[in-house]
Amino acid sequence: MDFRFTEDEEAFRQEVRQWLKQEISQRWIELDPGIWEETEESWALARQFQRKLGQKGWLAPAYPREYGGLELSHMKRLVLAEELAYNRSPISIEGEITVNWVGPSIMLFGTERQRKEYLGGIARGEAIFCLGYSEPNAGSDLASLQTRAVEVEDGYVINGQKTWCSYGHLADYCWLAARTDPDASRHEGISIFVVDMKTPGITVRPLINILNRHSFNEVFFDDVRIPKENLVGQKNKGWYQLVIALDIERSSIGYAAGNQRIIEELIRYASETKQDGAPLVSNPLIRNELAQLVVENEVARMMAYRIAWMFSRGLHPSYESSMSMVFVSEVMRHTANVGMRILGHYGALDRDSKWAVMNARIMRMCLSSLSIGVGGGSNEIQRNIIAIRGLGLPRK
Amino acid sequence: MDFGLSEEQEMLKKAARDFLQKECPKRLVRQLDESDTGHSPELWHKMAQLGWMGLVFPEQCGGGDRSFLDLAVLLEEMGYNIVPGPFFSTVVLCGLAILMAGSEEQKMEFLPKIANGEVILSFALTEPAASYDAASVKTKAVGHNGEYVIKGTKLFVLNANVADYILCVARTRRSKNPEAGITLFLVDARSPGVKCTLLKTLARDKQCEVVFDDVAVSEKSIVGKRDEGWEVVKDVLQKATVAKCAEMVGGAQAALDMAVDYAKGRVQFGRPIGSFQAIQHYCANMATDVGGSRFVTWKAAWKVSEGLPAALDVAIAKAWASEAYGRVTLAAHQIFGAIGFTMDHDIHLYYRQAKAAEVMFGDAGFQRAVVARELGF
Repeated sequence: MDFRFTEDEEAFRQEVRQWLKQEISQRWIELDPGIWEETEESWALARQFQRKLGQKGWLAPAYPREYGGLELSHMKRLVLAEELAYNRSPISIEGEITVNWVGPSIMLFGTERQRKEYLGGIARGEAIFCLGYSEPNAGSDLASLQTRAVEVEDGYVINGQKTWCSYGHLADYCWLAARTDPDASRHEGISIFVVDMKTPGITVRPLINILNRHSFNEVFFDDVRIPKENLVGQKNKGWYQLVIALDIERSSIGYAAGNQRIIEELIRYASETKQDGAPLVSNPLIRNELAQLVVENEVARMMAYRIAWMFSRGLHPSYESSMSMVFVSEVMRHTANVGMRILGHYGALDRDSKWAVMNARIMRMCLSSLSIGVGGGSNEIQRNIIAIRGLGLPRK
Repeated sequence: MDFGLSEEQEMLKKAARDFLQKECPKRLVRQLDESDTGHSPELWHKMAQLGWMGLVFPEQCGGGDRSFLDLAVLLEEMGYNIVPGPFFSTVVLCGLAILMAGSEEQKMEFLPKIANGEVILSFALTEPAASYDAASVKTKAVGHNGEYVIKGTKLFVLNANVADYILCVARTRRSKNPEAGITLFLVDARSPGVKCTLLKTLARDKQCEVVFDDVAVSEKSIVGKRDEGWEVVKDVLQKATVAKCAEMVGGAQAALDMAVDYAKGRVQFGRPIGSFQAIQHYCANMATDVGGSRFVTWKAAWKVSEGLPAALDVAIAKAWASEAYGRVTLAAHQIFGAIGFTMDHDIHLYYRQAKAAEVMFGDAGFQRAVVARELGF
């Protein structure tokens, strides 16, 4: 047992911090978009930043060098992810999904040609994918998806509707799961495709999220023709590829690190703000709640560290990632709630008000944190995974 | 970063699990819980033979020279099985205090005796104020010509009923700073004026009221420096707190294992109840609580073991484990349903342990106050 980072890892942390200080633009800090709050302007800034990160090899640090990565160790990747999140770096959700799910899937299941075609672009921050997984009737029950891909002589023809495609209106490609064999059992007839979002027949319609922002989309496929070589992996085996990909790189350290920053800001606010002549934090009830957040977040951080450690030992976490995810999502919601209680009326003010405190971060988090226990597999689904895969409880 | 146990620790863990399953079955646990002593000399001597009592003592004191982290690994297994008796009092509370603050003479006299199971010690800190701060130490020791006379009442003192010696925390000097003027005395439990009364408790752990009614002790019985005992107490409490967390993690793991096992086998509506999501989600939450408690406990234990500043991490571990162990055992009871509500079933043994451990060395609220203080807010 050892809970230290090595000297080398610590030096790397300092290097990342220094770099971020120089590279995060003033404009980004002014815009300060939280999760699910990106605008076209912030998206452009994020893409710019992701390219810079790509030049350092830090966007996809795990990738082999030939595909633009650094083959960085798991612990250094943990440090990097922690610093990026703590320092509120301009990285879009789709950027992370692209690097952490799409890229590794291509690496594992793609052809050499596909690897050459996409991985370099992903690692340089030039290619961004949106996920084409969920459908109106396929949410938690993803395997019931109905979008069809029919093989024809010169490719596939896609018809159907996808939904919750985050930043689908801005992405370059869609990472699509579609049914290629409607007669096979649910898990058998699914395949994965890369679809260029500029392909004729694709219609993108906005879904405005709870923060009143355009982050999600419905994507309609009407006779969208794609070449055969856009199939990734084996035809009809897409479900298994998809499940394996979901387990890659889910330490949740980013959430814990981002939340750490919020808790620190709340503590500072409660220490500096006076009520009846005394700082808020001198109220034992408030101090107790803040300390509880510190405790919970440390538990979340240790769960995330442990997952990175498992990877570093060549172990493959599965239900452990679910545990970490469920836990940190609840810590984030708890943080937002405690924050709202501490801030009282001020907590509800949006950031255009001169009276707003903490740049309305808590109010925004109060809304955005609702998504954390839902997207990417709801907490209920994650708990099923913990129970069935982790504890061996029966399905029936 | 390394979350793994060393090969030696894995061996210790496995040996402890096997030994306790065989030598400390729940039948014995119940028997000891129901007895007035709560102590099995037979089990005690076997544990001593395995080198458990002296695990962290230096070799020249008959010890195994192992680390505090190793002791935490052992305690996790003891918590898993539940081991009634004065191990925690003797080894963790008193043994570590003597190891840290005792004179060479005291170490050479007491540590080998603890290591080979010859003596039982009890740590008398808390008083009717039921708190772990220096201000609540009211018991006085008045010195005169190299002799001290101790007067006061100690409460919630573990295992004093079977102790040969009591390590008593007493006030030797009045001072504005409550942490100054405290001294530790190692008192022969048979000294005239020591009166021990067993308290009946929820966990049936043997807590006592110990009245010191003008108990005369010599200067030689002081452990550490006169008037500077609180530093020793603080250190002992820090180690004991994380050691208790290790025990709690083990207990919580046991409650989880038992509940999962039951959920797999118990059939209702024609299917195992473990196939119902309501039960699965309880179990998932329990597993998350056990895992989380374990990681923060290990981190705190590692820091203590390495001699690094650990106050914040220890407080975080105890704040979390205190409530997590309670939640886990409560959910286990819910899963066991009616059968858990009987004396015959074992799960209540863990529920009781969780309740006792929750307040031991400061409950979650107390620890959260420490967290706030350590972070300067």
